[in-house]
Amino acid sequence: METRLASAARELMISSDKQTTLIGERINPTGKKKLAEALQKGEYDEIVRREAREQVDAGADVLDVNVGAGGVDEIAVLPEVVKIVMDEVDVPLCIDSGNPHAIEAALKVYKGKPLINSVKGEEQSLQTVLPLVKEYGAAVIALPLDQNGIPNNADDRIKLVDRIVERCVKTGIPIEDIVIDCLALSVGVDYHAGLVTLETIKRVKENYGVNMTLGASNISFSLPGREAVNDAFLSIAMAAGVTCPVVNVAKARKCVLSTDLILGRDKYALRYIKYYRQNKEQF
Amino acid sequence: MSNLTQLARALVDLDEELVSSLVKQKIEAGEPPLNIIKECNEGMGQIGKLFETNEYYLSELIMSGEILKGVMSELEPLLANVEKDSSSAGVVVIGTVKDDIHDIGKNIVVTLLKGTGFEVVDLGVDVPAETFVKTMRETGAKVLGLSALLNFTFPAMKEVVDQLAAAGLRDKVKVMIGGAPCNEEVRQFAGADFLAKDAATGVSFCKQIYGQN
Repeated sequence: METRLASAARELMISSDKQTTLIGERINPTGKKKLAEALQKGEYDEIVRREAREQVDAGADVLDVNVGAGGVDEIAVLPEVVKIVMDEVDVPLCIDSGNPHAIEAALKVYKGKPLINSVKGEEQSLQTVLPLVKEYGAAVIALPLDQNGIPNNADDRIKLVDRIVERCVKTGIPIEDIVIDCLALSVGVDYHAGLVTLETIKRVKENYGVNMTLGASNISFSLPGREAVNDAFLSIAMAAGVTCPVVNVAKARKCVLSTDLILGRDKYALRYIKYYRQNKEQF
Repeated sequence: MSNLTQLARALVDLDEELVSSLVKQKIEAGEPPLNIIKECNEGMGQIGKLFETNEYYLSELIMSGEILKGVMSELEPLLANVEKDSSSAGVVVIGTVKDDIHDIGKNIVVTLLKGTGFEVVDLGVDVPAETFVKTMRETGAKVLGLSALLNFTFPAMKEVVDQLAAAGLRDKVKVMIGGAPCNEEVRQFAGADFLAKDAATGVSFCKQIYGQN
């Protein structure tokens, strides 16, 4: 199944037949003091351009854009930041906010077909986000969580996926425009957490065959040497069906390219070898 | 760390089997359960320090809690028999303050208090100040125990004490605080009456307030 995204200048197809799509996570103030301060002061042009440029140079195919921080008016700031990123780079964007009004304000200025991050399984979210996805012809990331939080087992996560997909179809959103995030919790807190996510991924692939994203770095929260755990998880998750993970591109690219090669998505290993030549210091 | 007992050391090493066998040996040898808890407490204190200095990770902290749970399940039947001759020794309300969800230490205190004959109202974790105040009013308990593991929850302790005062209950209630990072400064900051350095001193304080000993 193919999910089409587009910027003003470029079209991108997410598919398990193709190389893995990397969604760059860095334009998000959570845990980033400098970016948070810049957004709060309204002096964000330079830092947003730099983060956008660096991620695309590192190999990002899509950029996530999130401005959620204390004291930031997301409805006003999100469209402004989206405009800056569109001006700096030409990859499709993932419009990321918990506030549907901010998402709509960003959709109004976006040129192309964006990915919306995200809709949840609870009624409030379904009712406010899905009409926007339909009206603007966007694709949407679906999170199997609701007002009770993230289920700790695959059965309940799949029930929420079912509910969201059903509502999307009723709203008239094509199934290929739904991207599921099966959600990763830390194995440092519950060492079964990885298995629950992988089981959910496996079942979403079997039941729907849709594209899947994943904020993979949550898996290693609280642990030392996080990159080793992140990389291992990313590889297994890709093998299970994740096609467009949200990652720190500069750090994750080596793992993703190696995994794509093993999964038969890199003819004659050309992309892997090219990356090696350009980044020998990382090997 | 070198002067830890073998049991405390085994706990710090997260050696579940050794902890379990040492505890069984001690029980068989007739060692008082409170002494066993004291040893475990020293180990847990050390683990807390190692966690604070980033030498131990969250998974290890959780594992230590699991081991301790196992120890407590061995000891609980014995504790229930300790000093349970009197009827209710009094009511104690206890809980982990808002924004903190750690309950290992609190649960030990609850077990000990119950074993000593107190009626305990355990409000659980992440308890808002309003709930503490409401419960104190409803139960008429003379002692309130506030637990925390995380440093940033000290203002939450102060909030409880302040709200007790606002509700006109402050002079009717003794507030004791406890948990790995609590110290005398924290007690003063929060305006609490007593700092319980370990579970046993917390229980002694409750006995004192209710006029036992």
